[in-house]
Amino acid sequence: MTRAAVQRVLGLLLTMFSGTMLIPIFVSILYADHAWGAFAGSFFIILGSGLLIWLPVRGERRELRLRDGFLVVALFWVVLGLFGAAPFLLVEYPEMGFTDAVFESISGLTTTGATILTGLDTLPKSILYYRQQLQWFGGLGIIVLAVAVLPMLGVGGMQLYRAETPGPVKDTKLTPRITETAKALWCVYLGITVACALAYWVAGMNPFDAICHAFSTVAIGGFSTYDASIGHFNSPLIDMIAVVFMFIAGVNFSLHFLAWRATSLKGYLLDSEFCAYLKFLGFLTVAVLLYLYWVGYYGTLFETFTKGLFQVVSIGTTTGFTTADFAAWPGALPIILILSSFIGGCAGSTAGGMKVIRWLLMYKQGLREVQRLVHPSAEIPVKLGSRRVHHRVVDAVWGFFAVYVLVFGVLLIIQLASGLEFVSSFAAVAVTLNNLGPGLGEVASGFGDVGAVGKWSAICGMLLGRLEIFTLLVLITPTFWRP
Amino acid sequence: MKILILGAGQVGSTAAHSLVREEANEVTIVDHDPEVLRELQDRLDVRTVVGHAAYPEVLERAGAREVDMIIALTNSDEINMTACHVAYTLFRTPRRIARIRAVEYTSRQALFRGGLAVDFIISPEALVTEHIEELIHFPGALQVLEFADGKVRLVAARAHEGGALIGHPVRELSEHIPNVECRVVAIYRGGQGIIPDGDTVVEEDDEVFFIAARKDIRAVLSEMRKLDDPIRRVVIAGGGNVGVRLAKALEDTNEVKLIERNYDRARAVSEKLDKAIVLHGDAADEGLLLEENIDSADVFVSVTNSEESNILSAMLAKRLGAHKVMALINKPAYEELVSAGTIDIAIPPQQITLGTLLAHVRRGDVVKVHALRRGAAEAIEAVAHGDGRESRVVGRAIEDIQLPRGATISAVVRGDDVLMAHHDTVIEEDDHVILFMSDRRQIDEVECLFEVGVSSV
Repeated sequence: MTRAAVQRVLGLLLTMFSGTMLIPIFVSILYADHAWGAFAGSFFIILGSGLLIWLPVRGERRELRLRDGFLVVALFWVVLGLFGAAPFLLVEYPEMGFTDAVFESISGLTTTGATILTGLDTLPKSILYYRQQLQWFGGLGIIVLAVAVLPMLGVGGMQLYRAETPGPVKDTKLTPRITETAKALWCVYLGITVACALAYWVAGMNPFDAICHAFSTVAIGGFSTYDASIGHFNSPLIDMIAVVFMFIAGVNFSLHFLAWRATSLKGYLLDSEFCAYLKFLGFLTVAVLLYLYWVGYYGTLFETFTKGLFQVVSIGTTTGFTTADFAAWPGALPIILILSSFIGGCAGSTAGGMKVIRWLLMYKQGLREVQRLVHPSAEIPVKLGSRRVHHRVVDAVWGFFAVYVLVFGVLLIIQLASGLEFVSSFAAVAVTLNNLGPGLGEVASGFGDVGAVGKWSAICGMLLGRLEIFTLLVLITPTFWRP
Repeated sequence: MKILILGAGQVGSTAAHSLVREEANEVTIVDHDPEVLRELQDRLDVRTVVGHAAYPEVLERAGAREVDMIIALTNSDEINMTACHVAYTLFRTPRRIARIRAVEYTSRQALFRGGLAVDFIISPEALVTEHIEELIHFPGALQVLEFADGKVRLVAARAHEGGALIGHPVRELSEHIPNVECRVVAIYRGGQGIIPDGDTVVEEDDEVFFIAARKDIRAVLSEMRKLDDPIRRVVIAGGGNVGVRLAKALEDTNEVKLIERNYDRARAVSEKLDKAIVLHGDAADEGLLLEENIDSADVFVSVTNSEESNILSAMLAKRLGAHKVMALINKPAYEELVSAGTIDIAIPPQQITLGTLLAHVRRGDVVKVHALRRGAAEAIEAVAHGDGRESRVVGRAIEDIQLPRGATISAVVRGDDVLMAHHDTVIEEDDHVILFMSDRRQIDEVECLFEVGVSSV
C-alpha cells in the first residue's frame, strides 16, 4: 500500500473540489439570497484540508498501484461526500444536522436523488443550485470512473465490455490514453447537458431551472428545485424532453462518444446491451400504460400516456423525477416500478441499478441451462452480440448478483430494526442501493422522517450501489490491507 | 492451352486430372512436396516442379512466362493471392485464378478489382455449400445446377412412384403443367443415356435431367416423383468450413443441428452460429443421434473431412430413420458404390469445383461448365458472339446448327428472358446458349462452334 501516493491523489482531489464552491457563491450573489457565506466558508475549509493533506507528500513521485485504485475510488465518494456536506452544515437556513447534511451530500454525489429536505421552493437559490451541481459532478465522476478507471481494477459492468463485447465497444478504451478518454467522455457529458438545458429553456423553463434540471437529468440524479419535481412545470413538452434525456443518459457513454465520432447511429443498434435496454423500457412502458388505462386511473388517454411514460423512464433509468405520485398508483404498479430500478441503465452510464448487461447475461445463462436439459451434448455459448462471453465473466455476474441480494437483505433488516414498516423499508433499501431516489410509503417523498440509523444505512446503501459493491467490499477484507 | 497449377492437393490433382484428359492442354504442377508430385507424375502426363508456389524463381522455373493461365490451388489463401500477383507483376501471365476460402477476403470484391492481380477467385467450400443448399431447397432433386446468373437451372431427379409423368411420353409434360416452361434434356436409364424426343416415355427409376426457371422447379419435380415436404429439420455432421457455412446459411429458415467431434472446434463453431444447435459428439454415435431425434430429421448431411466416416454416419442415420441422407464423397469409386445404396445423394466436391474451373479453360466464350454423371457428361453455358457471317451459330435456327452427336441445345437466355429451345428458335448475338452433352469428348467441336472467325474445325 503506497499510502503517500493515495494521500497525494486525495489531497489534489479535495483541492480541486474546493473550486466547485465558487460557482454557488456567484449564484448566491446573483440572487442575493445571503447564503454565500456558507460556500465561502466551505471553500476555505475544503481547500485548507486539501492542501494539508497534499503538501506533506507533494514531492511523492511513486506511481499509484492498481490496488490503490480501489481505495482512491472508494475515497472519492466517501471523502468528497463528507466534505460536500460542509455548505449544508454552515448555511443558516435550512438548518441541517450532520447526518442530514451528509445524507444530502452523498445522495447528490451518488446521483441517487433521495432527499431529507422539504419546502424546496423556499430554499436559497444557491443551496438549490449546489445540490444540482453535486449531482452533475457525481455523474461526471461516475462516467469517467466507470468507463476509464473501474475496468482497470477489474470491477464494474464495463469490465464485461472490455473483455467480451464485439463491435464498436470492443476496444473500450476509447482513446489510447486514459486521460484522453476521460477528456472525451467529459466533452460528451458536457455536450448532452448543454443540449438538455437548451431544450428545457426553449420548452419554457427559466434559465436557472433549465440548467439545474439539466444537471440532474443527465446525471440521472433526480434532485429538483421544487417539491413537486418536474411535475411542478405541468408541461407535457418538458416531461417528454426529460424522458428523452433520461433515456440518453441511461445509455453507455462510450456509445455516445463513438456515435459522435463516427457521426452515425449504427453503433447503438449493434450493441446488444443498448437493444436490451430499449426493449426493457419499451416493454415496461407498454405494460404500465395498459394497466393504467385498464383501471382508468387517469381521465384522458393523453394524461395516461405522458404520466405513465415519464414515470417508467424516470424510475427505470433510476433517475427519480416525478410528475405523478406513482407510490399511490393502483395494484402492482408501484412495486413493478421499484423492482424495475434493479435493472437500471446500461453499464458506463450515470444510471444506477445492477445494469442491463448483467441481467442480459443472467437471462442468457438461464436460457442456456434450459437448452442444456433438452440437448445434453449441445455446446451452447453465452453470447453477447456474436462473441462468446468468457465463463469467468458469467461467474462474476452471478457473484455480483449474490452479493447484491445479500447486501440488500442486510440493509433491509437494519431498516426494519430502525422502526420503518416493511414496504417503506423495502423501498428505502431499493431506492438507495439502486441510486433511484423516491421510494414508497414513508419514504415516498423523502427520507426526512427516517431515523438516524435508517439514514446512515441508506448512506451506506447509496455508496455500495454506486461503487458496484465490490469496490467497497474489497476494502474491508484483511487481505487487501496486507502488504 | 498451357496451364500452371499451384498446389497438388485434392482440388489441384483433380483439376490436373481433368485438364490433362483434353489433348490440347499442357499442364505443369508446382508443389513443395516431391513425394506427392512423384506420385502424380506416375499417374498423369504432367510436368512437375518442386518449390514454394509463390516464389518468383519457382514460378519462372515452372514456366510462368509462357503459360496462358495460372491456377493457384494451394491450401493457403495468402500464397494463392501472392502467387497470382507475382506471376502478373513479373511474368505478365495473362489469366490468373486463385482459390480463396476465407470469407474475410471474398466478401471484399474490391480487393480483386484493380488491387490484387487475381482475375477470378474460386472458393470450393462456398460452391459446395451452395450446391447442398439447393438440394435442401428442392427436395427430390439429385443435382441443381445454375446457369445465366441463376435465371435458369438444370435439375437432375430420379423418376419415382407417384410422379404424374411416369409411364407417359415427355410431350405430355406441357399438358400436365401448362404454365410452366420446361424441357427434358436427357434421360439416363440403367446407366445408358437417351436423348429424349416428345415420344420418349419416362419410366420409373429413370434419371431425368430437365431445365427450368427456379420458380418452376418444384412443379416439374412433382411430375417426376411424389413431392417431398419442404425441409425443416436439418442435421449436419462435421463442423468444418462446409458444415459451418451450411449451418449459417440454413439456420434462419430451418432447425439446424450440427455435430462436431472435436470439443475445441465445437466450441469455436458454437460461437459462429446464432440459432443452430452445436452438439459435441460423434456423428456415428447411435445414442447421440437417437437422443437428438434423428428419426424426425428431414435431412442428414455429413460433410466431415473423412469420406469413409461420412458414408458410415449417413448410412447409420438412414437406418435410424432420417428421411434423407447426403454425404460428401470425393472418390469416384465410392460415389458409384453408394449411389445405388442407402445414401440418397452423394455430393462430389471436386466435380462441383471443377466445373467452375473448367469454364475458364475453354475456348470460345464459355461462361459456365457443369460436370454431370461423374464427369462423363457436361452441361455448358456459352455466349454466342459475332454476326451471321462470322459465327456458325448466330442468325441460325437451332435445327440448322451442326451440333456434334450427343449434344443438344436446351435453352437460350436472351437478356432476362429464358427461351426453351425449339427446332425453329433462332440464335441472336449475345444469347447465352445452354447445351447438354452426353459425351464430353465432343466438347472440342462445341467450343469451335462458338468461336468467332475460325474457318473450319
